[in-house]
Amino acid sequence: MRTTLVIARRELAGYFATPVASVFIVIFLVLLGALTFNLGNFLDRNQADLQPFFTFVPWVLLLLVPAVTMRLWAEERRSGTIELLLTLPVTQAQAVIGKFLAAWAFCAIALLLTFPIVITVNFLGRPDNGVIACGYLGAILVAGAFLSVGSALSALTKNQVIAFVLAVALCFVLAMASYPLVTDFLGAHLPAMTDVARRIGVLERFQDFTRGIVSLNDLIYFASVIVFFLFLNTVILEARRAD
Amino acid sequence: MLARAHPRGQRGLILGYAGLGGLHRAAVAVFGRSGNRAGDAALIEIEGLTKRFGTFTAVDRVSFTVPRGEVLGFLGPNGAGKSTTMRMLAGFVTPTEGTARVAGFDVQTRPVQARRELGFLPEGAPTYPDMTVIGFLGFCAGVRGYHGAARNRRVEQALALTGLEPVAVQPVETLSKGFKRRVGLAQALLHDPPVLVLDEPTDGLDPNQKHEVRTLIRRMAPEKAIVISTHILEEVDAVCTRAIVIAAGRIVADDTPAALERLHPSGRLDDVFRALTTKQAA
Ligand SMILES: Nc1ncnc2c1ncn2[C@@H]1O[C@H](COP(=O)(O)OP(=O)(O)OP(=O)(O)O)[C@@H](O)[C@H]1O
Ligand SMILES: [Mg+2]
Repeated sequence: MRTTLVIARRELAGYFATPVASVFIVIFLVLLGALTFNLGNFLDRNQADLQPFFTFVPWVLLLLVPAVTMRLWAEERRSGTIELLLTLPVTQAQAVIGKFLAAWAFCAIALLLTFPIVITVNFLGRPDNGVIACGYLGAILVAGAFLSVGSALSALTKNQVIAFVLAVALCFVLAMASYPLVTDFLGAHLPAMTDVARRIGVLERFQDFTRGIVSLNDLIYFASVIVFFLFLNTVILEARRAD
Repeated sequence: MLARAHPRGQRGLILGYAGLGGLHRAAVAVFGRSGNRAGDAALIEIEGLTKRFGTFTAVDRVSFTVPRGEVLGFLGPNGAGKSTTMRMLAGFVTPTEGTARVAGFDVQTRPVQARRELGFLPEGAPTYPDMTVIGFLGFCAGVRGYHGAARNRRVEQALALTGLEPVAVQPVETLSKGFKRRVGLAQALLHDPPVLVLDEPTDGLDPNQKHEVRTLIRRMAPEKAIVISTHILEEVDAVCTRAIVIAAGRIVADDTPAALERLHPSGRLDDVFRALTTKQAA
């Protein structure tokens, strides 16, 4: 556990040692702000909630989380530091979880930096802050799910562009899995999978959170997605670390 | 005619006894560990190690053992399979066949224990470029289970051993090549491991530093089993008690530097190396 945290701490410090962190956070906030206020008509709705904000959060995460994860393993491989890291007395799982935790903490920081919008809505009206807190919890879980997907794919290739594109694609499918876009396609080609797809849609789960519902089901769902992809990450790493 | 002229076990045994008498007890006291079966078994044991990339065989049934007190020079032309062998020993590359043990721990089945006993300098000495030297070594110490004061002490010792104090707070990416190499070396020595595997440790160092590193290796030699790969043949004379020459993945010679030199009329290691490795290629 301590080893995992040492790795996570190094990773997290790594984000802030380069412009990656500031660029990411600024783009994240600007994009989210622009979408919420312009497309979402945040102010014109005259409602004291963050519904328009939370509508866009998953989409911004879908774009930016793969930008964080694309370098996780691809960069280690390119620079050869993977040989150093994996010949220290750490297990693959510790390395994978350490990196994941750092990326997750980083995304959580970015999400929490949207707090001015919470202040704004509290200033203008009387929102249900419990619902808002649930929304943030859901957003952090969505980020975690996307991060685990992106991290696993980053272990697959040395090429960061490929890691990015694959991660966006797979996160998109995972997000939309319960929507007609995906279920209709599966219904036509792979009927057996339709039912599975309905259960694994990220967006639908997230919407529960934005309505202020935190169900055990949803929590278990996000935990399983994250554990599954991190496990996949260790398997890929084990098979391909020296290639 | 040259290959394996030497019955390997014997000299190892003699050296082993010479080195192990009181030193083993001292070493156990220093490292505070009892995991390695250092009393009788060699610290590095490699048996039939083979690595194939597709149909290409990079390392072909390589076997050797290194007891405490021995400095093994690992020689061979570019692409001979030196780095691949060392990577398998460090548990980074998975062998296609064969086994490797570090201090008695199989690198496949007990990887974490094996790596605790090992200091490994990967080829090219990769380090995290954004980190400062102190930050990087502190990270390695933390992963190796040192925290607080113990960690600072380890880092300071490693800095002093490799002459890195003047650049301690500089980001690694701003260092010259030789200093980067020293950072990699410091990382390998940090925890004072009984087994050292160093892939081209003196590559890119200036003559003074080469001398320093060789002195350092010689000084550590009695308590450790050390494998270094190198293309600098005078280094073999300077620090190694034994040399293995590999070509196209196979061991073509395994002997003391002095015995190897006698294999060629000129008595020069360069000529022996050329004779051994070009004959293999032909
Ligand atoms: N991941 C890999 N995939 C395919 N071939 C590889 C891989 N790694 C190494 N090889 C091949 O294995 C052979 C041995 O490489 P290795 O790096 O062990 O050589 P070396 O003896 O260390 O050479 P040098 O003196 O140049 O460092 C080379 O032919 C190399 O091309
Ligand atoms: Mg090499």
